Amino acid sequence: MAKFELNDDSVVVVIGSGAGGGTLANELCQKGVRVVLLEAGKRESQATFINDEWKSFGQLAWLDKRTTSGTWRIAKDFSGLPAWICKTVGGTTTHWAGASLRLHEPEFRARTVYGDIKGASLLDWPLTLKELEPFYAKAEDKMGVTRTHDIPGLPGNNNFKVMYAGAKKVGYKDCNTGHMAINSRPRKDRSSCLQIGFCFQGCKSGAKWSTLYTEIPAAEKTGKLDLRPQAHVLKIEHNDAGKVTGVVYRDAEGKDQRQKARVVCVAGNSIETPRLLLLSASPKYPDGLANSSGQVGRNYMRHMTGSVYAVFNEPVNMYRGTTMAGIITDEAPNDPKRGFVGGYEMETLSLGLPFMAAFLDPGAWGPDFTYFLDNYTRMAGMWLVGEDMPRPTNRVTLNSAEKDQYGLAVPNVHFDDHENDVAMRNHAYAAGQKVYQAAGAVKTFRTPPYPSTHNLGTCRMSASPRDGVCNKWGQTHDVPNLFISDGSQFTTGGAENPTLTIVTLAIRQAGYLADQLSKRAI
Amino acid sequence: MHGKREAKHHAPQSEENMEIILRTMSAYREHGPAQPSIELTRREFLKGAGILTGTLAVSSILSALAPSRVWALELKTLASAQGDTLLQMGKVLYPHKGLPDAVYALLAKDLDGAAGKDSKTAQMLGEGVAALDKAAGGSFVTASDAKKLEAVKSLQDTPFFNTVRGQCITSLYNNEMAFAYFGYPGPSWDKGGYILRGFNDLKWLPDPPAAASPAPYKA
Repeated sequence: MAKFELNDDSVVVVIGSGAGGGTLANELCQKGVRVVLLEAGKRESQATFINDEWKSFGQLAWLDKRTTSGTWRIAKDFSGLPAWICKTVGGTTTHWAGASLRLHEPEFRARTVYGDIKGASLLDWPLTLKELEPFYAKAEDKMGVTRTHDIPGLPGNNNFKVMYAGAKKVGYKDCNTGHMAINSRPRKDRSSCLQIGFCFQGCKSGAKWSTLYTEIPAAEKTGKLDLRPQAHVLKIEHNDAGKVTGVVYRDAEGKDQRQKARVVCVAGNSIETPRLLLLSASPKYPDGLANSSGQVGRNYMRHMTGSVYAVFNEPVNMYRGTTMAGIITDEAPNDPKRGFVGGYEMETLSLGLPFMAAFLDPGAWGPDFTYFLDNYTRMAGMWLVGEDMPRPTNRVTLNSAEKDQYGLAVPNVHFDDHENDVAMRNHAYAAGQKVYQAAGAVKTFRTPPYPSTHNLGTCRMSASPRDGVCNKWGQTHDVPNLFISDGSQFTTGGAENPTLTIVTLAIRQAGYLADQLSKRAI
Repeated sequence: MHGKREAKHHAPQSEENMEIILRTMSAYREHGPAQPSIELTRREFLKGAGILTGTLAVSSILSALAPSRVWALELKTLASAQGDTLLQMGKVLYPHKGLPDAVYALLAKDLDGAAGKDSKTAQMLGEGVAALDKAAGGSFVTASDAKKLEAVKSLQDTPFFNTVRGQCITSLYNNEMAFAYFGYPGPSWDKGGYILRGFNDLKWLPDPPAAASPAPYKA
């Protein structure tokens, strides 16, 4: 691993080592670009991951103070934990389930296809599926996505068998074990899936793709990567000309360090990324960096989500095997006849007993609640995930009344469900219950959203600098050497799990960035 | 078939509850694993402010996990009667037929721990226990099941209620005795996952075709 000087102003600084930042750092290093990768969390490994839900949560999750507001149920159930994302090397790729779906073509043209939806700030993406396709293919190969590149699908577990039986009975056509970045057979130095059942707690076999043990070691091998764990960036700095010059971060010893940079790429996930831009306000940029549009932090999306759990007369033991073991895609296309625009995916999900108690129905007590836990071994579960409407008022802002351990204003996450989100959630709940009832469920339950795992859109890309924060390359409209490199870039959310698209955009951005550097354009 | 929720009770997840969850998480981060089960010790060695005791039923699947069927738990801050009341409140909130009191005692133990760290919490728990007794007409512990439920309901939305209810989630369902009772095996990595241990052993529904669910690698 390389070690670069703090005053070396020729390096690219990447903030965050997850799907966006970890991938971007490796892609740049492979092209010979020298990268300082700053990660707020510690470096864990497959050996240190823990098969225990609460302990793993304590090990991997981002638990710095955050506040919430708005009418979403999260503000009531988990007021201090709006998002379930990670603070560790590898970011949320340690925790993610592995579902790797391409966005659909019409989803890139949400404003055109869905029309002018009242109360939503829909916009078409400034790029097309066609432009992204070659990069999607590279990402799928890199991550080893099943059912692409001649990689077989994963074997379905018991939870999937229940989903499949119900799906066929209600007439769904497309149900299988999905496109997963989990090895169904050994590939690229990663073993095949052992069906451990703790995908969310860090994959101990390494079958699931994570930047922690793929992109980052590959980048280290080039001698171009200087990875600094436990480096929490406090501020991005700029010069009189308005270009960024580096970052100030708090290191593992609690000391502030100033790392100079030629380019800064922000990939802190969609809460920390806009927060950092807002925290970097200066006399020249009083509203925060790259915020002449006023769009930084706005249009926060978190996907329409919900879960259905069902109890059967016979054992299921859903906790065995891959957490997200299969998918029904029939409800994904846009079909406004259902009473909402956009679509949703239905994906199996399981929780262990401790998290089932915490998340099945937060706040509930009494025999109707304990009934489900009593029947834990006879439960099946699915997660519903669909496109939510961007709204300018759904927004990450600085809450200056509350300070974090660095003395900085904490982020407040405000969210109100759009009526389209509510209509879609109700439709999805009913559809999920129908699937399980068809498979013989004796009881089904509508579980409310978990803290957000798909955080998107808070620095969205737009054709016009008035409408968003960055251009189609993730380069901010205002500051040419400042890039957005995570899901914050998403113009709209689509229905699909976002990681594959984040990785795809990072691969594409690395090519553009390396080209701009070699042309001395930035 | 869904939607009938009359027997279920809801409480908002208050800031107190979030604090409990976050405190539990940060405790894991700072001190590593919490003790998964109570220590089942000989009673004469216990010298705390209070002591909870009980006996596991011979039929209990948990009796195999314990060195002795008789269990005792030391309380450092709360009195025995207070601990017992909180234990009984846990049984009203999260009733599980056959789940031994030894598991509910973990709730009293964890609340005792919280009371030991913060005198305001200790005071709130003491006042809450007194309020439960009053609502139950004198003694919550000896009141009828119906009276107990009524007393617990009468305190819903109080910080005391929210603290105890929130603590139940991590105290009752995150220990080896609960895992054994509910049939959740916990960690699987040390046993090689489930690839050879029944991840797809469900037989009461037809198997999906190979196109939807291919055979495992090297099967």
